[in-house]
Amino acid sequence: MTKLTPVLSAHWDEADSFTIAAYKRNGGYTAIAKALEMQPDAVIQLVKDSGLRGRGGAGFPTGNKWGFIPQGDNKEHYLVVNADESEPGTCKDTPLLMANPHVLIEGVIIGSYAIRANYAFIYIRGEVTHVVRRVQQAIEDAYAAGLLGKNILGKGFDLELVLHVGAGAYICGEETALLDSLEGFRGQPRLRPPFPAIAGLYAKPTVVNNVESIASVPAIVKNGVEWFSAMGTEKSKGFTLYSLSGHVTNPGQFEAPLGITLRELLEISGGVRKGHKLKFWTPGGSSTPIFTDAHLDVPLDYEGVAAAGSMLGTKALQIFDETTCIVRAVLRWTEFYKHESCGKCTPCREGTWWLVQVLKDLEAGRGTEADLDKLLDLCDNIMGRSFCALADGAASPIISSLKYFRQEYLDHLAIGGCPFDPAAATLFENVGAK
Amino acid sequence: MKFTTEQIATMDAIITRYPRKRSAIMPLLHFVQSIDGYVTNEGIEVIAQKLELATAEVTAVSTFYTQYKSKPVGEYHVGICTNTLCAVMGGDAIFESIKEHLDIENDGVTADGKVSVEHIECNAACDYAPVVMVNWEFFDNQTVQSVKDLVDGARAGNPPAPTRGPKTLRTWKQNSAVLAGISDGLANEGLQAGEPTLLGLKRSKGGN
Ligand SMILES: Cc1cc2nc3c(=O)[nH]c(=O)nc-3n(C[C@H](O)[C@H](O)[C@H](O)COP(=O)(O)O)c2cc1C
Ligand code: SF4
Ligand code: FES
Repeated sequence: MTKLTPVLSAHWDEADSFTIAAYKRNGGYTAIAKALEMQPDAVIQLVKDSGLRGRGGAGFPTGNKWGFIPQGDNKEHYLVVNADESEPGTCKDTPLLMANPHVLIEGVIIGSYAIRANYAFIYIRGEVTHVVRRVQQAIEDAYAAGLLGKNILGKGFDLELVLHVGAGAYICGEETALLDSLEGFRGQPRLRPPFPAIAGLYAKPTVVNNVESIASVPAIVKNGVEWFSAMGTEKSKGFTLYSLSGHVTNPGQFEAPLGITLRELLEISGGVRKGHKLKFWTPGGSSTPIFTDAHLDVPLDYEGVAAAGSMLGTKALQIFDETTCIVRAVLRWTEFYKHESCGKCTPCREGTWWLVQVLKDLEAGRGTEADLDKLLDLCDNIMGRSFCALADGAASPIISSLKYFRQEYLDHLAIGGCPFDPAAATLFENVGAK
Repeated sequence: MKFTTEQIATMDAIITRYPRKRSAIMPLLHFVQSIDGYVTNEGIEVIAQKLELATAEVTAVSTFYTQYKSKPVGEYHVGICTNTLCAVMGGDAIFESIKEHLDIENDGVTADGKVSVEHIECNAACDYAPVVMVNWEFFDNQTVQSVKDLVDGARAGNPPAPTRGPKTLRTWKQNSAVLAGISDGLANEGLQAGEPTLLGLKRSKGGN
């Protein structure tokens, strides 16, 4: 009955699932033996054939990205895993690493072998101490088991893996900012080209991949291309983690084939919070244009979501019911982008600041209808005119909310304030609150 | 030099992890916070010296990242998520009440130096909203009352354990060492996953 396909999450319910013993007990670290028997190019071809696309937001084909790394160039190559997970709403890589860090390490070994890298990094956000402990321990255990270091499994392949802990900067999730940060600089995006595949970490050929992308590789190597591509849709193959949060009866992680719909996920999970109805939601984090109850049947794959005017992004499904004020929600996201703008380019640095000012006035019921056009005008001057995609993300909630909920902005102006009671949206009775 | 020989040796070991030493700047800053509690001038100087950088270059990096503090925080640093989802689900109410309860502002520290409060952005735990982090450990599904109890416990010297983390809550300095990549041996403590993490798996097996 259920459409769910637990692969990465298949053993998370075992209390010791994060240990090397549990991972091996469940068939872990057998894919590397298989991969190290293959030619590196054959591993790249396998990942290409599987149709795996990057799970970090943009959906770029993983095998193609690996194929861009020049071969026989006598340069060091690097694999860098993006575990910065900071896109608002996104909460899949963190529980994955908490419950099973070894599946990522196995993927790192295979990926590094394929792109001929002997040094790999996991760049993890710094605000998750216990996850840092788990990944660090897993790396140490993998070294002790001869799975990292010199001459892995006696196959003549060497790999050093270092966990690098960030320090609280959303922009370091953008792959070139991440590389600058890893090199020891302020984390600010680089101009492209050159792309990381040509000049990445220390100006050497580098692949940057999301945690979930790399963690999906061992299963593909083990079970084969046909197994993987039998799941999902025509251009969006395989299984993926969907994160459901917000005003739902049961939030959580759901591993399903690409192309499942929110309606199906809500049926499986237990629906919108009892006694309430869906108002708006994000398909893939706050940087993806919002959807409404008109989009319950949109297939949640790259093409389906794009055709409906948004982006699959990180598959972070944040659900808000009718008690939520759209202006408050959008203002808060905009404050986030303003705070996280790295300051490198003017449209983003100044523009996000102005967006916050205008939205604050609107939330307080000050201003006129012309301010709504001013918002759109500002967005127009930020989107596509900035250095990186953070700025486009900042404009997404504003433009999409004005498309679906323009009247609600006007309602604030009509009554000179917010028509909503914030207490109605909270999960708890406000006992002890003032 | 105020740092001990042992601390200097640890810094040298951190630097050897990387192919180029400048890459060690972030773990070294976390390490300085594990000794001094925040990024002190002495810390900046020793890092600059070790990495052969100007102190201004180290400061430029340090000030870019919000986790590096330019002044002391509490022994228990409480981060309350007020990004949209947590804010709406109760984070705003928690943040306002806790500031009032402790009589401090955002980024403030209680007079006894025990607790500091900061509002934080989405911490990758939205399926556990409202989320509070203490010394960057998860306190999931919080309410106004539970966070009041938490900070009162912390001030009295017996804070509750994180919901997904080690059995006892470690101090800001102790956890800063973990972020510098120095193991405290606690990786095996605590849950592998909370209920929301497991929900899809449970449903796939036909469970409620
Ligand atoms: C502002 C910004 C933040 C990002 N944050 C993340 C992140 O936290 N994790 C991630 O994997 N990708 C993030 N990305 C996307 C990365 O730049 C990059 O596309 C991704 O890591 C590539 O991995 P993939 O091909 O496996 O998806 C971010 C992009 C932008 C513009
Ligand atoms: S768009 Fe914003 S975050 Fe990106 S480089 Fe420019 S200022 Fe920095
Ligand atoms: S919004 Fe609070 S953890 Fe994501």
